[in-house]
Amino acid sequence: MHHDDTTPKLFGLLAEFDSATAIVNAARRTREAGYTKIDAYSPFPIHEMDEALKLKRTKLPWLVLGGGLTGMLGGFGLQYWAAVIQYPLNIGGRPMASWPSFIIPAFETTILLASLTAVIGMIALNGLPMPYHPVFNVPQFGNASGDRFFLSIETTDAKFDLAATRAFLDGLNPLGVSDIAA
Amino acid sequence: MTDTTYSVPAGAAGVQRIALGVGVVGMGLLALGYSSSHEHFFRSYLIAFVFWTGVALGSLAWSMIHHLSGGAWGVVTRRVFEASSRTVPFMALLFLPVAFGMQDLYIWARPEVVAVDKILQFKQPYLNVSFFYIRAVIYFVIWTVLAYTLSAWSLQQDRGYDDKRAVRMQRLSGGGLVIYALTVFFMSVDWMMSVDPYWYSTIYGILFMGGQGLSAMAFTIAVVVLLARTAPMSKVIGPNHLHDMGKLLLAFVMLWAYFQFSQFLIIWSGNLPEEIPWYLIRMKGAWGWVSVLLIVGHFGLPYLLLLNRDLKRTGGTVAAIAVIIIAMRFVDLFWLLGPEHGQELLSVHWLDFVAPVAVGGIWVALFLWQLGTRSLIPINEPTLQEAIEAGAAH
Repeated sequence: MHHDDTTPKLFGLLAEFDSATAIVNAARRTREAGYTKIDAYSPFPIHEMDEALKLKRTKLPWLVLGGGLTGMLGGFGLQYWAAVIQYPLNIGGRPMASWPSFIIPAFETTILLASLTAVIGMIALNGLPMPYHPVFNVPQFGNASGDRFFLSIETTDAKFDLAATRAFLDGLNPLGVSDIAA
Repeated sequence: MTDTTYSVPAGAAGVQRIALGVGVVGMGLLALGYSSSHEHFFRSYLIAFVFWTGVALGSLAWSMIHHLSGGAWGVVTRRVFEASSRTVPFMALLFLPVAFGMQDLYIWARPEVVAVDKILQFKQPYLNVSFFYIRAVIYFVIWTVLAYTLSAWSLQQDRGYDDKRAVRMQRLSGGGLVIYALTVFFMSVDWMMSVDPYWYSTIYGILFMGGQGLSAMAFTIAVVVLLARTAPMSKVIGPNHLHDMGKLLLAFVMLWAYFQFSQFLIIWSGNLPEEIPWYLIRMKGAWGWVSVLLIVGHFGLPYLLLLNRDLKRTGGTVAAIAVIIIAMRFVDLFWLLGPEHGQELLSVHWLDFVAPVAVGGIWVALFLWQLGTRSLIPINEPTLQEAIEAGAAH
């Protein structure tokens, strides 16, 4: 117990920057230095950041496509099942399988499932909801929704070495480097 | 700004000569076709004429939309849209064969048919030859005034930018779009829908606006991709511009499908004897296959291809999709015109292939001539630098 109190577990190191350009450059140099468990936090989206962090393209579009196709086949199938198999009714002498009139509801179910998949999939792929994240233990981090930009390197990174990594982050000319308590 | 002059690349003059040559040879073949079959000639010519006029008018509409909406894609392509729209008065000359062929194209223009037809007699206050001519003149005057006024103001901005003039262009575009919609609506009824004077659809004109927007955007994407191969436009056009235009193309592909399906669903559900034969003809035999081709080629295939981000951002692929769409626009107009009066079967004539190329050759030559008359980008536009930077990939 005493041991835990004196050396609190570390989640990683956090460097603070004051401009989007500075953090993009820092992120790029950090990737080039071989760090992989890194993340960046900014008050607004920075287009260059995906490339600087070498983030993989999201697989969300494929999930949405799957959701849309399920909605389309499900919506069309439901109507076909109802109108042709289960409750065949002669409406104005039209064929039972009157596909033109099935298209609009099938279109609606396509959009419904595609958009639900997009929203739920986005939340899930972002790892939300996340009730706890160590980075909030750093007092200055609140400014990430104001005018500050942060770059973190986690201790689980293969290249992580407390002294060397701190020296590396200092070399990126940040406003400051803080420990992130786990 | 840079010192570069944004003039058309040297290769354009050669393309213009080839286009003109193709156009002249094509017109010769059309004259040959005219002497062998009047009716085929006029039908083929009408489709070709309506398509190329549609590119010009769609471009006029896009330039007006952009004056109202803004956006990087439109700043760097404005001059292409404007050059297309300036071909409108020349299309009035190419309208003359249609005007001379009215008896062959429109049965309501034949006095002996109208004399024994109650329905056509009832429609005569609108569907008569002199009023048809008057309306055509009104359309061309309105379109020409809109296109040349906007183009002239745009050119004046190159000599000295004036905020007040920019506001004037926005105001004219707002009203101009309403006028565009009304004139194109009546134009489509006059030139195309009245070929079958018994049938009517109230979404027909709107279908035409969607079609013109699609043709014009597809043509402009193809032109911009070609221009971006060499200096100076290679430094201007970026993947983000193509991406935005690809998205607009996707939106208009869906819009076209939506309009077409709306018309079909309403007529199919109503199943009324004066409306449904139009579709019955197009769902049978070879016409049925043309309908399938439209569903797949005009909607399914371009829709799926344009969903992909990389295909929209790469010049070669987005231009290839644009070319597919241009080809399908012809099939769509051919399908809308339908079989000849009193017939139901599909018949394809060699003139159907020659006419679009012949009129197209002349039109492209006119377009390139107009494109060459001024700078390829609006050099004094305050957002120009920003618009160019927004196009580059990060």
